[in-house]
Amino acid sequence: MDIFNAVIQTLDSTLRLSVPLLLACLAGLYSERSGIFDIGLEGKMLVGAFAGAAAASVFHSAFIGLGMAILISIAFAMIHGFASITHRGNQIVSGVAINFIAAGSTVILGQAWFHQGGRTPALSEGERFSSITLPGANAVKDVPVIGQLYSELLSGHSLIAYIAFAMVPITWWVLYRTRFGLRLRAVGENPAAVDTAGISVTWLRYRALLCTGVLTGLAGAYLSMTQNGGFVKDMTAGKGYIALAALIFAKWKPVNAMFACLLFGFLDALAIRLQGTPLPIIGKVPVQFMQALPYILTVVLLAGFIGKAIPPRAGGVPYVKER
Amino acid sequence: MGQAAIELIGINKSFGAVHANRDINLEIPRGTIHGIVGENGAGKSTLMSILYGFYQADSGEIRVNGQPTTIRTSNDAIAAGIGMVHQHFMLVENFSVLENIILGAEGEALLKKSIAKARSELDRLEREYGLEVDPDAIIEELPVGIQQRVEILKALYRGAEILILDEPTGVLTPAEADHLFRILKQLKEQGKTIVLITHKLREIMAITDNVSVMRQGTMVATRQTKQTTVEELAELMVGRRVLLRVEKGAANPGGVKLAVNNLVVRDQRGVTMVDDVSFEVRAGEIVGIAGVAGNGQSELIEAISGIRRAVSGTVLLDGKPIDVTGTADPGELRDRGLAHVPEDRHHVGLVLAFEENENSILGYHDDVRYLKGFLLDVDAIRNDAKSKIDGYDIRPPDCRLRTANFSGGNQQKIVLAREMEQDPGVLIVGQPTRGVDVGAIEFIHKRLIAMRDQGKAVLLISVELDEIRSLSDRIVVMFAGRIVGERGPEASEGELGLLMAGVEQLEAAE
Amino acid sequence: MSTPYAKLPAWADYGLIPLINLLVAFLVAGFVVLLVGENPLRAAAILVEGAFGRGQGIAFTLYYATTFIFTGLSVAVAVHCGLFNIGTEGQAYIAGLGVALVCLTFDATLPWWLTFPLAILAAAAFGAFWALIPAYLQAKRGSHIVITTIMFNFIAASIMVYLLVGVLKPAGSMAPQTRIFLEGAQLPKLNWIIELFGARVRSAPLNISFLLALVMAFLTWVLIWRTRLGYEIRTYGFSPKAARYAGISETRIIVITMMISGALGGMMALNPTMGDQHNVAIDFVAGAGFVGIAVALMGRSHPLGVVLAAILFGMLYQGGAELAFEMPAISRDMIVIIQGLVILFAGALEHMFRPSIQALFASFSPRSVGMAPAKGKGA
Repeated sequence: MDIFNAVIQTLDSTLRLSVPLLLACLAGLYSERSGIFDIGLEGKMLVGAFAGAAAASVFHSAFIGLGMAILISIAFAMIHGFASITHRGNQIVSGVAINFIAAGSTVILGQAWFHQGGRTPALSEGERFSSITLPGANAVKDVPVIGQLYSELLSGHSLIAYIAFAMVPITWWVLYRTRFGLRLRAVGENPAAVDTAGISVTWLRYRALLCTGVLTGLAGAYLSMTQNGGFVKDMTAGKGYIALAALIFAKWKPVNAMFACLLFGFLDALAIRLQGTPLPIIGKVPVQFMQALPYILTVVLLAGFIGKAIPPRAGGVPYVKER
Repeated sequence: MGQAAIELIGINKSFGAVHANRDINLEIPRGTIHGIVGENGAGKSTLMSILYGFYQADSGEIRVNGQPTTIRTSNDAIAAGIGMVHQHFMLVENFSVLENIILGAEGEALLKKSIAKARSELDRLEREYGLEVDPDAIIEELPVGIQQRVEILKALYRGAEILILDEPTGVLTPAEADHLFRILKQLKEQGKTIVLITHKLREIMAITDNVSVMRQGTMVATRQTKQTTVEELAELMVGRRVLLRVEKGAANPGGVKLAVNNLVVRDQRGVTMVDDVSFEVRAGEIVGIAGVAGNGQSELIEAISGIRRAVSGTVLLDGKPIDVTGTADPGELRDRGLAHVPEDRHHVGLVLAFEENENSILGYHDDVRYLKGFLLDVDAIRNDAKSKIDGYDIRPPDCRLRTANFSGGNQQKIVLAREMEQDPGVLIVGQPTRGVDVGAIEFIHKRLIAMRDQGKAVLLISVELDEIRSLSDRIVVMFAGRIVGERGPEASEGELGLLMAGVEQLEAAE
Repeated sequence: MSTPYAKLPAWADYGLIPLINLLVAFLVAGFVVLLVGENPLRAAAILVEGAFGRGQGIAFTLYYATTFIFTGLSVAVAVHCGLFNIGTEGQAYIAGLGVALVCLTFDATLPWWLTFPLAILAAAAFGAFWALIPAYLQAKRGSHIVITTIMFNFIAASIMVYLLVGVLKPAGSMAPQTRIFLEGAQLPKLNWIIELFGARVRSAPLNISFLLALVMAFLTWVLIWRTRLGYEIRTYGFSPKAARYAGISETRIIVITMMISGALGGMMALNPTMGDQHNVAIDFVAGAGFVGIAVALMGRSHPLGVVLAAILFGMLYQGGAELAFEMPAISRDMIVIIQGLVILFAGALEHMFRPSIQALFASFSPRSVGMAPAKGKGA
C-alpha cells in the first residue's frame, strides 16, 4: 500500500506541476500557430502571477486577482504584437525584452507597493484559489484503488487546474472545428494565402496573441494564487522555457501538448520525490539530470534524431504584403 | 457580343520612377477567354494585381459588368465576382483541399456546416466542369496540376464569374496544360469570363477569343485571335525598339572552353528546370541563350557556376570536368578561370551593405593579392578598387561608399569589373544590363565584345532579345528547360520570338 | 536585409537613432520610477553620482563593464553572421568549469601570470565547446539556434549545479562553490590606475581582465573588419546567397562564428571568479549573458559601441546599487527593467522612430537622405 500511496502522490504532484506548463504551452501554441514566435511566455506568466496576487490581496478577491492577471498578461502580449506584428520587429528580441521588463518590474512594483522584498502579502483563504473537492470524493475515499484515485488524484485541485485541462479539448476544438482556428492555422503556414482570401493577417495575429495573453495570465495566477499563497520574485523559474520546449515536443498540437507537459511535470515530480533516494539498477540519479531532461529531450528532438519537429512554416517571419 | 465583363479606363500605376502601367484601356467581353500577352516586365501582372485589389491604381476607373467598382482589397474583388489563380499558388500546403477552399469563405463561426456545404458544392462543381479533386487530400501531396485545379475551385466556390489566371501553364506538364485548357473552355461555355495572362503565344492561339498585347507598361493592341497570327503578336510584343547595335568585327572562335553535356537540373520543388541540355562555348565567341524568363536559364548558369547542384550530366571547363553533380564550388571554379556575373546583383552578386571596395573582392577574397597573412590587405584592396573604378568609370568614384548608394548601372559595373579584371578564360554573364541606364548599357556591351576579342569564351543569358541579338555570335534558344534551336546572329526577331514562345511547328519544318 | 532602409547620414544611423531609442527606454524607466513614488531626476542623479562620483564607484563600474564587454562581444560576433546567440549565459557558465579546473590544479604551483593564460584558454575552449553543438545542429540539421541555445543554458545550469554541490565542493563545506583559489589564481587589481588620477579606491574588484576585455574588443574589431574570416562572416550575415556565390561554406562559417562567440562569452567567467570572488560559485554569471544582448544591440554590434554600451550598463549596475541604498523603493531590479526596455526599443522596435526621423531629415535637406525614387517591383 505504501508504494501505491507513493505513486498516487507522485502523480498528484505531476498534475499540479504540469498545470502552469500546460497553460503556458497552450498559450504559446496560439501564438506560434499564428506565425509569431514567443519566447516571452516566461515574462507574461510572471507579470500574470504578480498582477494576480497583488490585486487579490488588495481587493480581497481571488476572481479580481485572476482578472487582473489576465489583463496585464494580455497587455504584455500586445506589446509583443506591437513590436513584431505592427512594426515587424524581431520576434525573438521582443520576447527577450518582455522577459526582462517582467522580471524587473514585478519586483520593483512589488517592493514599492507591499514593502516585503518583492513579495506580495500572503494570500488568505478567499484571496486564493483553494482546492475543489469533486462531488462524492469524500464518500468514495475509502474504496480501494478507484476511490482513492478519484478522491486523491482527480479531486482536490483548484479551479485553474481544471480549466487548464479543459483547455486541451477546447483548444483542439477551436483549432480544428472553428473558423478562427482554421484561419489561425493557415496564417502560421502561409499568410499570403490568408491575405488573398481577403482576411486581415494583422488582426488575426493580434487575436492569436490575445489568446496567448489570457492563457499566460491563467498560468501566472495558478503559480501565485494556487501553488503558492502569494507572489515571490522570479517565481516562474524557467517554466516559460520548459513550456516552450514542451510545445516543440508536442509538435505544436494541443493533445500532444498535454502529454508533453505531463511528461515534463512528471520528471519534475520524480526529481523532487527521488531526491537522494537510490533507484534499483540505475542507482542514484542526480536531481539536476532530471531537471535538465526536458531540455535535453527537446534538443534531441530538434536535431531530428527522434521524429522531426517542423514549426509552422511562416513562424518568425514578419508578413510583408508583396508580389 | 454582350456587355463587357470588365472595362479598364485610363489605368495608371507607378512604382517610384517606374511607370508600370500607362493609360491602360481594356474591354473584356463577357463569356470569352481573353489573353493578355507581353514580355516580362511589360506590366501584365501589375495590371491584374490592380484588378484583384493588391495594388491600387494611381488613376483610372474599373467597371465590372458596366458598374464603376472600387477595388481596394482582395475582398472587394471577390465581392465583385473576380477570382484569381496566382502564378505561385496561394494554398496552405498542409491543409486539405476542403480546408483551402473554405478559407476566408467559411460563412459562419463553426466549420461543420461550412465543410458539409463545401463538400456538396465541390461535388457539383466537379460534375459541372470536370474538375475532379479528392476533397480530403492534403495539398502538398497533390501534383501541381491538381493544386492549380484547387485554386480554380477556390475562385468558383466564391462565386467568381470572372477568372484571372496568371501564367497558369508555367509549372504544368504539356498534358496537364491541355487538361487545363479543356477546363477553361468548359468554364467559358458555362458563361464565365476568363483572363489568361501568359507569354506563350501557342496557348493564346489555342484557346483565346481575343488577345491584348502589352509592351513597356502600355497596351499596344487588341486583336481577335482568329484574325491575327503568331508572327504579328510576336512582333507586337517585342516591338520595333531602337536597336542598340554594337560595333563588332567577325568572331574568331578558337578551341572549346566550356562544354555542357546532357545537363539536368531540378529546382527545390523537384521540378525539372534544365532538361538534357548540351552546348559548347569556344574561345573568342559570345554564345547567347535566349528565352523567356523562367525557362531554365537561371538554373543552367547556377549549375555551371557551382551554386546549384545538377542532377546529372557533365560540364567540361578547358577539357577538364567540373563536378556539377557533386562538389563543384564557386571558389574552386574561380580559381580555374570561370568568372560569373550573376543575374541577381542585389542579393547574389553584391552585398549591398558593404563598402564598394569590399564588394570588389567578393569571391576573390582568398586571393593572395588581397591578403597579408590572415589579415585583409586593406590598402591593396582599396587601391585595386580604385583602379577598377577608374577603368570602368564607376561613379561616384568613392571606394568607401556603401554599395547600396550606387545606381543600378554603377552597381553592375562593380560586378563586371570584379569578374572581368580577374582575366578569366570563361565568363558567364546573366542579365548584364537589367535595371541599367542607357549610357552604362553601351559601356557594358563594348566591354563584353572586348572580352570576346581577347579570346575569352562568353556565355550570355538575357531576357532582352535585342541584347542577345546584338552581342551573340551564336544564339541558343531555351524553352521549358530544353534547347529548342540554335541560330546565327542574323536570325530575325520574329523567328527567335517564335522559338522562345515554344512554337514547335517551325522546328518541325526544318 | 533585403530592404535596405532609405539612407541617413552615418552619424544619425549610428549615433542619433540609438540615442533616441535609449532616451525613450530611459523615459519609460523614469515613468516606472514615478509609479514607485520617487523622483526620476533625483534617481538619475544618484545613479550617475554612484557610478562616477568617487574612485570606488568608477572601479566598480569598470568591473561590471568588463563582464559585459565579454558577453556583448559574444552576442555581437554572432549577429555579424546573422545568428542570434541567446546562449552566452550558458557558455559563460560552462566556461566557469574550465576556469575552476585550471585554477584548482595550478593555483598552488604556478604564479598568476602563468595561471591566467591557461585559464583564458580553458574558458575560451569550454565556452566554444558549449556553442559548438547548437551551431552544428543549426548548420547541419536546421535546428533553430535560438531554441537550442536557450535549452543549452538550462542544461549548463544543471551541470554546473550538479558539479558545484558535488565534486567541486570541498569536503565539509555547505556552500555550493569551489574552495577559495590560492594566490596563484588571483588576478591583480587595477584600482591603482584609477588612483593615478587622484581618486581613492578602498577596495574594488576591478582587475586585469578588464584589459583582456579591451584587447578582445580590439581583436574582435580586427577579426570582423580586417580578416578574411571576418569578411566571410559579414558576407554570410548580410546575404547567405552572396556567400554561396562567393564560395563560402555555410556549415564552416556558422560553426566557426559560434565557437568564437562562445569563446568570448566564456572569457567572461574569468572576471568574477579569478578577479573577484576567487572561487567558482553557483550562478556566478548572474544574467550577464543576457545583458550582453542589450549591450550588443545598443552598441550596434561594433566593438567600440559594445565597449561604450558595456560601460553604460556597468554604470547602471554600480549606480543601481547606490540607488537601491539611497532609495529603498528602487532595488537593483530597476536595472533589469532598463535592460529590457533597451532591448525593446533598440532591438525589436529599432525602426519605430526611423520613418519620422527620415521625414525630418528629408524636410531639411532632401539630398542628405538620398531621396532617390523608390525602386519599383516591376510587373
